[in-house]
Amino acid sequence: MAVATSSSQVLNNVEAVRATLYEALKNDDKVVILGEDVGNRGNVFLITKDFVKEFGTERIIDTPIAEASIVGIAVGMAMEGLRPIAEIQFADFIYPSFNQIVGEAAKTRYRSNGEYTCPMVIRTPYGGGVRGALSHSVSVEALFYHVPGLKIVVPSFPADVKGLLNAAIDDPDPVLFLEHKKTYRLIKGEVPDGHYVIPIGKADVKKEGSQLTVVSYGLYVHWALEAANQLESEGMSVEVIDLRSVRPMDRTAILQSVRKTRKLLIIHEDNKFGGIGAEISAMVAEEALFDLDAPIRRLAAPDVPAMGYAMPLEEAYMSSPAEMADAMREMVKF
Amino acid sequence: MANIPTQVRKSLERHGLSDEQLKTIFRTMLLQRQLDNRGFQLNRQGKVPFALGSEGHEALQAGAAMAFNRGKDILAPYYRDLGLSIGIGLTPYEIMLSIFARAADHNGGRQFPNHYSSKRAGLMSFSSILAAHIPHAVGAAYALKYRKESGRAVLVTFGDGTTSEGEWHESMNFAAVHKLPIVFLCENNQWAISTPLSLQMGQPNIYKRAEGYGMPGEQFDGFDPLATYDAVSRAMERARNGGGPTLLEGVCYRFLAHSTDDNDLTYRTREDVSERRKDDPVPRFENLLVESGVMTGEQVAAMKQDVLYETNEATDKAEAMPFPIADDLYKHIYEGAWEPWQ
Repeated sequence: MAVATSSSQVLNNVEAVRATLYEALKNDDKVVILGEDVGNRGNVFLITKDFVKEFGTERIIDTPIAEASIVGIAVGMAMEGLRPIAEIQFADFIYPSFNQIVGEAAKTRYRSNGEYTCPMVIRTPYGGGVRGALSHSVSVEALFYHVPGLKIVVPSFPADVKGLLNAAIDDPDPVLFLEHKKTYRLIKGEVPDGHYVIPIGKADVKKEGSQLTVVSYGLYVHWALEAANQLESEGMSVEVIDLRSVRPMDRTAILQSVRKTRKLLIIHEDNKFGGIGAEISAMVAEEALFDLDAPIRRLAAPDVPAMGYAMPLEEAYMSSPAEMADAMREMVKF
Repeated sequence: MANIPTQVRKSLERHGLSDEQLKTIFRTMLLQRQLDNRGFQLNRQGKVPFALGSEGHEALQAGAAMAFNRGKDILAPYYRDLGLSIGIGLTPYEIMLSIFARAADHNGGRQFPNHYSSKRAGLMSFSSILAAHIPHAVGAAYALKYRKESGRAVLVTFGDGTTSEGEWHESMNFAAVHKLPIVFLCENNQWAISTPLSLQMGQPNIYKRAEGYGMPGEQFDGFDPLATYDAVSRAMERARNGGGPTLLEGVCYRFLAHSTDDNDLTYRTREDVSERRKDDPVPRFENLLVESGVMTGEQVAAMKQDVLYETNEATDKAEAMPFPIADDLYKHIYEGAWEPWQ
């Protein structure tokens, strides 16, 4: 249980995002926030609640419902010296802005040979387990992690949220900042006071272990930890790595752990085919195949378009902590 | 199908422009046509893989460039804006570096020809994706307004084809909501590659859409550089002084195929084009300048010679420059060195 100290406080993920955005607005008047319902409504999760009262409508911009231009206008602001933080209300709504992210933001520096840059953050809540149905529960990271020029961050602990959001705002290049909405109020943790940065591309070992490496990110890190603790009580030792960033990804941390445990299980909420796990599997197969004592395994969503609204359809899509524990047991015993 | 009849002016309406400024406009038009043709010639000679033409846009672009305040305003152009780009300060040498895709090009030889970018000139980088640059221009205009930089405005240009894109609409709307310092200038050449205006929109007068967004709209003869200057300078001045955005529509015509890879005889006839060429803005403006005594025939001939010389010199100089090297492929992906695996 997280405990507040004189130099830290306990926050949930909503509060961590909110506190970090607030500091950024306070410290740099180049920072502006634009998105749907970020002003008077204070964002649908109340992340920007009352910001407009303190920072004004010029910095907290309620946009029309038009995602392509939310990102596109942020690109132009960034090219002209501002530090925009664009919000896509739900990751499911990011598709209309796909070209602005992939074709424009990610390529501005490259296509101008470094003359123009695009320092901006696109924040968006993603992920399921909240009865979000087809259009309020998707994972979008795999659609974007193929794209050079972008950075993609997926923190799920409040302290990581703060450090990585600071890093994203400071970053000279466009960063897609994914926030798992089920963790928003579910996950609480100690968050150090003051400004600090966690480097983008650094994973974190959330639990040390010796018999199996589990690599995950987002909500599933928390569930994987729950499962790993269950196995611990059964006498099995599982290491859990939280990627925190999926582009770039931390090869060093993954290989170091895999070479120690000699087994790798990748768990993610996004579907398996072409997902983040595929890239990790290929990398480990290329770099450490002969260090492995078991085939690499991926526990991920089935190849269906989305989780359904009805509870059985959502549950069937998602992996439960119990399913994760089963997969871990099989791997340890292999 | 012209939306407004082009009218050959009998007398010179200066709109406050000096003789020198009129000559500058004419020279920009001549230079645009010369450089434009040079790109096509180099392609036919097998020296460059691709070129984009802008013949028919000269008056519109040279007139608009004269309304642009160098060192203050920002231009967010599209790929048919060769004349506008030289009109605001790019050099023929820079144009030829782009055509030859040399390392010294602003884009390092990465982009297609005519996809310029230049911080020096205030010319924003853009891609080939139509309308993607319109929200960028709006974002830049927002930055100007946010920093309370009065006296500066953004000029964003596009063809008629781009007005069908969703981002065009989204950008117009946002600019109107925030009364941003921006001028939307449509270079209506009446063709979206092969698709005529009649298949692009039910209301062929693009400027009329302005009313729907809550901003002024104005249409003018895009074959007339002075009508263009008049409309663009008034709109830019309004934008610079907090008066908000304007939608302008200059009606012109695309004399050449879309690009060196396009065969326009598959969708229009030679006669269609030659009929419109009778209004060719370059000789039309030349006649006006000579008839009104701004230039003599000898001065025009000397200017044409000078422009040809400058184009030749730029061509030779750029062609002699080296290509980017293979290692350049890996530069400027992010700030600093890059590896997706850390």
